[in-house]
Amino acid sequence: MTAQGKISTAFDVEKARADFEILSRTVYGKPLVYLDSGASAQKPRVVLDAMRDFAQSEYANVHRGVHFLSAAATDRYEEARRTVQKFLNAAREDEIVFTKGGTEAINLVSYSYLAPRIQPGDEIVLTVMEHHSNIVPWHFLRERAGAVLRWVDVGDDGSLDIEALDAAINNKTKLVAVTHMSNVLGTISPLKEIIARAHAKGVPVLADGCQGAVHEVVDVQALDVDFYAITGHKLYGPTGIGALYAKRAHLKAMRPFNGGGEMIREVMKDRITYADPPARFEAGTPPIIETVGLATALDYLSAFDRKAVAAHEHDLLAYAREQVGQFNWLRVIGDAPGKGAILSFEAEGMHAHDLATILDREGVAVRAGHHCAQVLMERFGVTSTSRASFALYNTRADVDALIAGLLKARGILV
Amino acid sequence: MDNALRELYQEVILDHSRHPRHHGVLNDASHKAEGYNPLCGDRVTVYLKLGEDGRVADIKFEGKGCAISQASASMMTDMLKGRSQAEAEKLMTGFLHLVKGEDASDLPEDDRERLEVMGGISEFPMRVKCATLAWHTYKNAVEEGKNVVEEGAT
Repeated sequence: MTAQGKISTAFDVEKARADFEILSRTVYGKPLVYLDSGASAQKPRVVLDAMRDFAQSEYANVHRGVHFLSAAATDRYEEARRTVQKFLNAAREDEIVFTKGGTEAINLVSYSYLAPRIQPGDEIVLTVMEHHSNIVPWHFLRERAGAVLRWVDVGDDGSLDIEALDAAINNKTKLVAVTHMSNVLGTISPLKEIIARAHAKGVPVLADGCQGAVHEVVDVQALDVDFYAITGHKLYGPTGIGALYAKRAHLKAMRPFNGGGEMIREVMKDRITYADPPARFEAGTPPIIETVGLATALDYLSAFDRKAVAAHEHDLLAYAREQVGQFNWLRVIGDAPGKGAILSFEAEGMHAHDLATILDREGVAVRAGHHCAQVLMERFGVTSTSRASFALYNTRADVDALIAGLLKARGILV
Repeated sequence: MDNALRELYQEVILDHSRHPRHHGVLNDASHKAEGYNPLCGDRVTVYLKLGEDGRVADIKFEGKGCAISQASASMMTDMLKGRSQAEAEKLMTGFLHLVKGEDASDLPEDDRERLEVMGGISEFPMRVKCATLAWHTYKNAVEEGKNVVEEGAT
């Protein structure tokens, strides 16, 4: 930072890499090349230190005791809520509900918001590129309440057609549930436009931000999104913690989710009253240490010039795309304009799992499989793909290792 | 290439995976089962024709998958054809030991020698289920006839 408090626009990847101890380890004697951050990102030292420090010096249960440590822990927990609020630019801190991850955040909306509002035949609009976590909670409403899932296709390049999505919204639509960024294709959804179109028809929108919040700066107020789900472990934070942003008016109208301590106002033998949001949706002792870790991770990420980080990640994607573009035996799945730093592909004569096994022995970690997106796999006529996903700590040398590994695998398998 | 990889993707295995034996539908099958690996979405269907004495009179498989799963299915069909149920059972038990790196010395020597090419998989625990999918599907075809076998994620 300069004296004016202005953040430098340069992004120093080597300096960032030094924050992640795991990146200096080897795998099978080869330097680790971690290209699976889309599944889970590595954690910087500050996150691990913050969790340890908190546990060692300020830990107790939250919102419970009157003693010193309980007050200190509660302060940290609620401070973490404000950190998430700031990260998403929510208007109020009580619009942030802590969950155990993105999956739970979406299930919370499904159970507490949408389920009581569904009549048989009501529709939920989804895209074919959703992760299972943004499909299965809606299938529950199809199975249990007779909701109809209306699927919006993507183009052959993986791009989402706003007109097609708009056309799928009708007077039976109760919710549009769409990913901010596809975990397979890398496609960035035109969220602002989607939300404007849905709202014009009086339909709320849930955005799955598990990938999107990592790579894009999110402003839930500017988007006017109704629900936005994030998960900590993809944001360089710990597992077991995530959050749901929901507009205050929605939260106030939502029924409780899990029942237990913390979410009640008063429990009698014959009646019960519930706490106001967000506590209403945070039954039981939350993952307190992880919450501190999440806040630290968000602070860590926010301290970078996010535009510079995005430019760095896009450079890696462009570099990788250019390299694999020379291989006529490799088909990239997902080439939408402006897509995020995820590269999925299938290679002729090489099953994704064989390829991933060979890459692994070169120290290169990629994801192989259906990526919890079987609807999308079906759309593209594959059962699995290989996926390299880039994070702020990846380098062009990582891409080179991937390319060398691909050629080696081809030498073995084809 | 490192030794473990060389062992895993040796020529015999790649040959089976590129040119699978007994691949296709068995029209007069008496038993059939579908196997599914939810980890990778791979599927395999095993068709069997069991004789009155329970012998594997004919066997075929269909499906797409990784080199390991295809090679394993191909080798399995090669080796099971003509076997009695008791022999097949013994073969399968030995195979399962072998791919997990366990003692498979109770296999007849001929069988062990043929199956040993799959032994390299024991160095790759995440891939063992690729190799066992066809065998479990075979067993299911014999016992249940037409159920889907799932190879759960490790």
